[in-house]
Amino acid sequence: MTSLDETGPSTPLKRPIRWHILIFLFPALLVYTAVMILPLFQTLWLSLFNVVDDQTVFVGLGNFKTLFGDQRWAADFWNALKNNFIFFVIHMLVQNPIGIALAAMLSIPKLRLAAFYRTAIFLPTLLSFVIVGFIWKLILSPIWGVAPWMLGLVGAKSLFAPWLGLPHSALITVSLISVWQYVGIPMMLIYAALLNIPEEVIEAAECDGVTGWSQFWKIKLPLILPAIGIISILTFVGNFNAFDLVYTVQGALAGPDGSTDILGTLLYRTFFGFQLQLGDRSMGATIATVMFLIILAGVSLYLFIIQRRIRRYQF
Amino acid sequence: MTRTIVKALLLTTSTFAAVSAAHADATLTIESWRNDDLAIWQEKLIPAFEAKNPGIKVTFAPTAPTEYNAALNAKLDAGSAGDLITCRPFDASLELYNKGHLADLSGLPGMENFSPVAKSAWTTDDGKATFCVPMASVIHGFIYNKDAFEKLGIAVPTTEEEFFAALDKIKADGTYIPMAMGTKDLWEAATMGYQNIGPNYWKGEDGRLALIKGEQKLTDEAWVAPYKTLAKWKDYLGDGYQAQTYPDSQNLFTLGRAAIYPAGSWEISGFNAQAQFKMGAFPPPVQKAGDDCYISDHNDIGIGLNAKSANAEAAKTFLSWVASPEFAEIYANALPGFFSLNSTPVKMTDPLAQEFVSWRGKCKSTIRSTYQILSRGKPNLENETWAASANVINGTSTPEDAAKKLQEGLDSWYKPAK
Repeated sequence: MTSLDETGPSTPLKRPIRWHILIFLFPALLVYTAVMILPLFQTLWLSLFNVVDDQTVFVGLGNFKTLFGDQRWAADFWNALKNNFIFFVIHMLVQNPIGIALAAMLSIPKLRLAAFYRTAIFLPTLLSFVIVGFIWKLILSPIWGVAPWMLGLVGAKSLFAPWLGLPHSALITVSLISVWQYVGIPMMLIYAALLNIPEEVIEAAECDGVTGWSQFWKIKLPLILPAIGIISILTFVGNFNAFDLVYTVQGALAGPDGSTDILGTLLYRTFFGFQLQLGDRSMGATIATVMFLIILAGVSLYLFIIQRRIRRYQF
Repeated sequence: MTRTIVKALLLTTSTFAAVSAAHADATLTIESWRNDDLAIWQEKLIPAFEAKNPGIKVTFAPTAPTEYNAALNAKLDAGSAGDLITCRPFDASLELYNKGHLADLSGLPGMENFSPVAKSAWTTDDGKATFCVPMASVIHGFIYNKDAFEKLGIAVPTTEEEFFAALDKIKADGTYIPMAMGTKDLWEAATMGYQNIGPNYWKGEDGRLALIKGEQKLTDEAWVAPYKTLAKWKDYLGDGYQAQTYPDSQNLFTLGRAAIYPAGSWEISGFNAQAQFKMGAFPPPVQKAGDDCYISDHNDIGIGLNAKSANAEAAKTFLSWVASPEFAEIYANALPGFFSLNSTPVKMTDPLAQEFVSWRGKCKSTIRSTYQILSRGKPNLENETWAASANVINGTSTPEDAAKKLQEGLDSWYKPAK
C-alpha cells in the first residue's frame, strides 16, 4: 500500500459528505452507547469509589489495593482466577479438539445421517443453561441419577462417585457439562470452514499423493486455522464471563469449599450479596473491572500477536 | 388477531380501573417473599382483618424469595414500595431502618405482647428502637419416621449416646438410611447440623452473647465440639451425600427411605402433605442425661411500616392487629411450623407442630449464633459457617481447623465492644 493511486494526489476528487451513512448509523450507535458503553464506563468509574461512613467517596485505586492486598480478598480472587483458568483450559483441551474432530467426521462425504448428527450435537447449545444444569444434576445424582445405574449395568458401579460434591472433581465435572453443552459451536464453525475448502485444492493434494490423515494435517488444518483462532477467542471470552452454569449447578457459593468458584460467581456474590452478606457495589465493580481487563488483555493478545501471524489463503 | 389482542388489552385496563376505583378508602399493600403463603393471606388473614376494619383494604403482593431483597431495595429507593414491608431478620432489615425506609414502631400498641428475645431480630443494637412486628420463628430439631422406629424397636433418643446407638441400629438393620442430609447445598450442613445441635454445647444465649462480647471464641471447646459431633454423622448419611441436595434429602425422608431428618420446623406442612407414614420429632439430644437442653428458636419473619407510606395510620392499625393474639392463632395454625412469637400461648392443632413448640417449655431458646451482628463484615461468618460445616462432614477439614479458620475470619474485621 505504499504506492499511491496515480490520479489521487494531483486532482483531489471532491466527494460530497455522505450524511445518510451517519444518519443510518445513529440509531444503532445510540442504543449501543446507552446499553453497553455507558454502563461499562459507569462500572469502571464506580470501581474508584467506596462507601466510608455512609458517604460515597473517591478512593482512587484503593479498591484494587484491597482486592489484591487484603489477604482474604486476594485469596478469593486468586482462587476464582485459578479455577476460571482451569475451566478455560478444559474447554480448550476438550471442547475444541472434539469440535474439530466432529466437524472433520461430518465433512466425510460418505457419512450417512450427517444432518441428524449435526442437529443432535448442536441441540444442547440451544437449551437454556438452567435446563442443562438441572438435567446434569439429576443424571449425576447419587440417589436418583441414571449415571450410577448405567455404570452398574456394565459392572462398574464402584467407579461412580458424587462428582459434583467432591472438591477435587467438582470443577472438572462442571467444565465437562459446559463442554457437552457448547461443543456444537466449534463443530459448526469448523464444519463451515471445511466446506469452504475448494475441491481443486483437495484434488491437487490427492494427485500429489497426500491423502487420509496427512491430507488433514497438511492441507485442511492450515486452511481452517483462522476459524480455530476465532473459536479460541470466543471460548476465552465466554469462559471468563461464565457464571450461569456454575450458579445453577453449584449455587452462588460455588461449593464444595469454593472449588468451583469462578470470577463470575465471585462477582455475583460480591455485587449482589448472598444470604446474610450484603451487596458491596464498589468491590463488585472492582472485580468487574478486573474481569474486563483480563478479557481485554486476552483479546488484544490474540488480535495483535496471534491473528497477524496466521496465514490466510484466498482462492 | 390483532383486534382480539387490543380488545383484551382494553378489557384488562378497564378491569384494573374498575378495581382501583372500588378502593375508596385506604389500600395497603404488603411486600413479602412468602409467595407460598399467598392463599393463606388472601383466604384467611386479610378477610379476618377486613371484617373488623371496614374501610381498609389489604393486598398481599409477594415476590420470589431469591429476588425479594434486591427488588425491595430498588422499590424503596424509587419510592414505589408497598405500605407494609415483610422483614427479614437482623441486618437486612436493620439496614433498611438505618436508611430511613422503615418507621420506628417502638410505641405501637400491641408491641408489649413480645419478649425482648422475640424483638431482638428487629431492634437496633442499642435496643432503643424496634422497627418490625415479630411474626414467627422456626425451631430446629429432628423429625423421625415413627413407623421405622417402632419396627426396629428404637426409643426416641434423649442423649447423644442414645442418638448414636439408634443410628447404629438403623444402619445395622439396613432397611433405612439412618439420616437424610446432604452437604451439596452447604447450608443444610450448617443450619440443620451445626445450628441445630450447637446450642446444647455453647449453652444457648449464654454462649451466643459471650461470642458477641468477645468473651468466647469459636475455637473454644464449646464451639468446636458440635463440629466433632457433626464429623461423626458422615457414617450415617446416604451414599453420595456429598452431592445430595436439600430437595433430595426432603424426598429421601418423605419417601420413607430415611429414618431421621435433621429439620427445621418449616418442613412440617410440606412433610404432612408428602409423607405416608407417622412422624414424630425430638429436640437435639443432650450430651449427658440430666443436662439442660437448649433449642434454636430462630426469629424468621416480621412485618414493618414503610416510612414513606401515605396510609401510615391505616398501616399501624393493621400492624397492631398483626401483634394481636388473634393473628397469631390464625397464622400459626395456617402455617404449622412457623411459630408465633407472641407471649400469649397459641393453641395449635397439628401434633408435630405441638411437639416442636412444647420444647419451648422444657428447653431454653436461643437464635442462630451467626445472625446477629457477627455476619456484618467480610468474610461473612454465616456463609463461612456453611462451607466449614460441609467440609467437616465431608471430612475435608478437621473440626479444629474449621473453627480456627472461622475465628480468624471473624477476627479480621470484628472488634467486640469492650
